[in-house]
Amino acid sequence: MSDLRDLYQEVIFDHNRHPRNFGKLEGANRHAVGHNPLCGDRLTLYLKVENELISDVRFEGMGCAISTASASLMTERLKGMKVADAETLFGRFHDLLTNAATDDDTASLGKLTVLLGVREYPARVKCATLAWHTLHAALANQDHAVTTE
Amino acid sequence: MSTPKERIEITAPAGLDAVRLRADFPILNQTVHGRPLVYLDNAATTQKPRQVIEAIEHYYSADNANIHRGVHTLSQRATDAYEGAREKVRRFINAADLREIVFVRGATEGINLVAQSYGRNRFKAGDEILISAMEHHSNIVPWQMLCEQTGALLKVAPINDAGELILDEFHKLLSPRTKLVGVVHISNALGTINPVQEIIAAAHAVGAVVLLDGAQAVAHAAVDVRALNCDFYVFSSHKLYGPTGSGVLYGKRELLEAMPPYQGGGDMIRMVSFAKTEYNSLPYKFEAGTPHIAGGIGLGAAIDYVTAVGLDAIAQYEDHLLRYATEQALQVPGLRLIGTARDKAAILSFVLGRIHPHDIGTILDHEGVAIRTGHHCAMPVMDYFNVPATARASLALYNTRDDVDRLIAALHKVNEVFG
Repeated sequence: MSDLRDLYQEVIFDHNRHPRNFGKLEGANRHAVGHNPLCGDRLTLYLKVENELISDVRFEGMGCAISTASASLMTERLKGMKVADAETLFGRFHDLLTNAATDDDTASLGKLTVLLGVREYPARVKCATLAWHTLHAALANQDHAVTTE
Repeated sequence: MSTPKERIEITAPAGLDAVRLRADFPILNQTVHGRPLVYLDNAATTQKPRQVIEAIEHYYSADNANIHRGVHTLSQRATDAYEGAREKVRRFINAADLREIVFVRGATEGINLVAQSYGRNRFKAGDEILISAMEHHSNIVPWQMLCEQTGALLKVAPINDAGELILDEFHKLLSPRTKLVGVVHISNALGTINPVQEIIAAAHAVGAVVLLDGAQAVAHAAVDVRALNCDFYVFSSHKLYGPTGSGVLYGKRELLEAMPPYQGGGDMIRMVSFAKTEYNSLPYKFEAGTPHIAGGIGLGAAIDYVTAVGLDAIAQYEDHLLRYATEQALQVPGLRLIGTARDKAAILSFVLGRIHPHDIGTILDHEGVAIRTGHHCAMPVMDYFNVPATARASLALYNTRDDVDRLIAALHKVNEVFG
């Protein structure tokens, strides 16, 4: 039996209660809307990209603890990151969460490893990846809403 | 001829003995995350009693054959069992005529059949279809598709903060332009029991036909389509303790007679040549291809089961349990009920403080309590109440006060975890 605390770690509660970089970003030049039709979660991600560098990022929306914390942690991590590196991180994070990558080399995720608990909860994986799919869409400058489906 | 022996041995003296009935449902006898399962997701699908499971097993182990065509013994038995189930359905909803009972895959297919077969050749620009704001997507989307095809207009009667249909507004939206009214009998997202008798009378007064979505209703209240005088009634077997993939469309005979087939294929024809095909009579005209025979037979067994328990006893028992659950739930700090209609059945939809329903669902699952979280395929209802989703506990005849107590304890745990 998996422990609930593996899913709901303190860091997740903290970011759920006090999401970082929450709200609209003035001067954003990329944005995308992500939607998880399964649970109705919807978030908007704003990015300011200059010279292939993410200089600022914010998000707003309503979601569960996992999706809110994941979005909050993601924005923290992305600031100052090169676009190409962000895409690589998205791929790595996604693969580890969906068990496409089975190795235990999770060091590259840093603080994001707190989200790996969702692997034991297949129904909740999409909660954790919603913000990241939205990031992917925003970087590709897709205007239409992306979904986790 | 081999027939399954009479397996229904339930007597319902005074009221209903949920603890005893529970023993009929093998799936309930298990632990989830180390705790005895409390199954409160009955509005999504009900569990199946052994009487239903055995009827399906008996069909496949003794009688399996294709129906309506073989001269051999098994085919005759299969046909008798399947047509016997149709007669059980007829009696169950008190339809006048066996030909009015069309087997479909479920309530959704029944609505699509009516939209396409009844509406498509009849409706035109300027016609209106009236539904309510509490409909399941299955009673919204088929009408939207029909409107796109015909130019008809979809009108939506609003609901109030209790989750009740606003009858004044409903009456105002009715006009001679209204050709069809499609309304849910009992709302899956809110539990609201709609005043269908008044709705039907008002619709008929302007010349509209009425389709009732009975997916949630049939397991919780006795349904009499003749007393209701509805034109179409649909329901699914799997929300009535029967198997998935089978369901029923009831339609008044004169309406069904005038409707073209929904799909073409085997069984729905009387004579086929390349020059001309003559369609079969009712209800077979609407039943192209080999149907879900075991599903129909399983539905028949489920009807035997709930009939033996007694629909009135079920309704009364669930009403008591719902009152108890409502009282208890309101003691949970931060809990807000979504759907507080005066006439309400078996469903407790709620939000808990700022805690997202998905988080509630995961923690409850850890406590062995299965509920549904999400939009319940009723996104417009979520929009009305301005919530992305709700948590929903839905009751069935095998649920007990203990189940409710376990739910409430688990909700306290959610508050504790997120405190």
